[in-house]
Formats: sequence, C-alpha cells, structure tokens
Amino acid sequence: MATEVSLKNPKRSIWDGGQSPFKASYGKLMMWFFLLSDAFTFSAFLIGYGYIRFSNPAFQGSLEDYAPSQSVWPVPEMVFDAVPFLHVHAPLVFVGIMTFILIMSSVTMVLAVEAGHRMDRAAVTKYLLWTIVGGATFLGCQAWEWSHFIHGTENGLTLADGTVIHGANLAVNEYGPQLFADLFFFITGFHGTHVLSGVILLMIIFYHTAVGTYHRRGHYEMVEKVGLYWHFVDLVWVFVFTFFYLV
Amino acid sequence: MAHHEDTHDEPGVIPANKEHIKKIWMTALILGVVTAIEFLLAFTMPRGTLLVSIFIGLTIVKAFYIVAEFMHLRHEMKALIWSILIPTIFVIWMIIAFLIEGGEVYGARY
Repeated sequence: MATEVSLKNPKRSIWDGGQSPFKASYGKLMMWFFLLSDAFTFSAFLIGYGYIRFSNPAFQGSLEDYAPSQSVWPVPEMVFDAVPFLHVHAPLVFVGIMTFILIMSSVTMVLAVEAGHRMDRAAVTKYLLWTIVGGATFLGCQAWEWSHFIHGTENGLTLADGTVIHGANLAVNEYGPQLFADLFFFITGFHGTHVLSGVILLMIIFYHTAVGTYHRRGHYEMVEKVGLYWHFVDLVWVFVFTFFYLV
Repeated sequence: MAHHEDTHDEPGVIPANKEHIKKIWMTALILGVVTAIEFLLAFTMPRGTLLVSIFIGLTIVKAFYIVAEFMHLRHEMKALIWSILIPTIFVIWMIIAFLIEGGEVYGARY
C-alpha cells in the first residue's frame, strides 16, 4: 500500500499543476493580469499627458484674468465648465455627476457579485440591470461632453491673424495647445471605449443570468470576472478625473 | 415546505448577510465623500503644489478602496496581492522619468 500512498501524495510543489496556488480560478487570475496590462496602457496615456503638460508653459496669475491661449496649457476647470441645458459657468459640476454615476454603477456591480455568491438569480438580474443603466448613462454624458468640447464656446478663440476658432478637434483647439485637445480625445475616448465594451459584456452576462445559464452551471463566476473589469473601468476614471479635470 | 411555482428553478438561495451589504455601502460612502472633498477643495484652495499633493493623496485613497474592497483584492492570497502590486513599480518609475523629462523639454524650449 506504500506505493498507493506515494502516488496520492507525490513530491510536488503547489506550482506543479492540479491545483490553484492563488486560490483563485484561472479565469479570474487572467482577468487580473489583463487588467494589470491595461493599467500600464492607461498609465502610459496619463503619464504622456503629464510629460506634455510639463513641457508647456503653465497658466500664471489669478483665474479671474484667465483667457485661453494656444501657447499656455489650459486650466481644466475653466475648460470643462458647462452643464447640459444651462447657460452657466459651473466648473467640474458635470464631470462630478459623471463620477458619481460611475461609482454608483460600481456599487450595483458589487451587489450583483455578492448576490451571485448567494445563488440569488433575481437579485443578480436586478443589480446587473442597474449597472447597465449606470454605464449607459455615463456613456451618454460623455457623448454630451465630447459634443460640447467639439462645438466649443460662443465666442471661440480669436487668433493673432483675426481668424476665429470654435471648439476643438484633431486639427484646431480653441482651449489651449493642440495637444491638449488630442490628449482629451485619446484619454477620455480610450476610457469611453472601455466603458462601452464593459456595457456590452454586462448585457451578455445579464442575458445569461436571466435565462439561467449560470444557475445551471452552479456558480456566477462570470459575473465576478466582468465585475473585476467594471471596477477597473471605475478605477481608471478616478485617475482620469484627478489628472485631467482636477489638477 | 410547499412547492412554490415561481421559485421552482431557484433552489438554495442563501439569504443576504446584512454585515456584508453594509460594508459595501460604507465603501461607496467613503468614495462619495472623498470625491466631494476633492470637489470642495478645487474651489476653496489656491492652486499649487499643496493642492495637487492633496488631490493625488485622495486619489490613492479612492484607488485603494476600489481595488481592495470592490475588486476584493484585500481578501485574496498574499501572493496574488503582491503579483498585482509589485509590477506597478514600473509605473512609478515611468512617472518620475517622464515628468523630469517633460521639465527638461520645457527648459530647452523656453
């Protein structure tokens, strides 16, 4: 019987296969490592923003005298000061609302994951739906934000030769140096793409939850994995909010 | 127990743990309050190095709560926590290198 014992307990480390050394499933681990690599991508974008900002002159003086100029890096709260339907100077208010929406959608996502642990299909369905609503609302807000940024202000920016620029795109920018607009489109656009793919993933798992696929499978791990992704999107927004809008 | 028509395919629903749910909402409250503080400071404090440092500090606080509680990393195994956290050293180095470089480019230009 000694042979049998040695077969059952071969001298192997926990890394030799057959078990999960991290006590996390393959899918969840790979999601973590994907998110780590994605974090590098977003870091590169935001650090690129910092690099370009540091290599341009910063605005000096008090905000009352602030006037956009193509040779000075803009003060974000003077650029992002519009709110839908209102003609007021409300710096950062709209971005604040967007941040709140995304945090709330993250909360409903955790609640969905929590309900999944309890095999509570009705609750998972409900919270996933709320998360989809939150994500879609965020995307709608971002569409408005982009549209406003692209169309620009009423007065626009008058250049030295007398031409007037309205709004910003990849060729002109009324708010500041051209790269400011480019980075705005790339960074918030890349984040928005993540939110969009997140919403699509959420819709897929919402469908599978509703028809009972995960219930028959016996676990809601897929909800956990998409949950990790969704929180990551929220995490990135926290950094974008600080480094693009606040600082 | 009587057989309920609407729960015929839902065996074994475990009732919610109130403590657990409360903790989730507490984390959400912290995130909301920290964002509100950032928002308030943006309008009450003069712009400068101090304000930027506070913003970065509060951002890290928010990042900690999202990763630790929402993404559940705090409750994973130590080895997993470290395999996610240690690689971000590269990001820290990248920040230092590129911001210094940006300052140098500014110095060369103006």
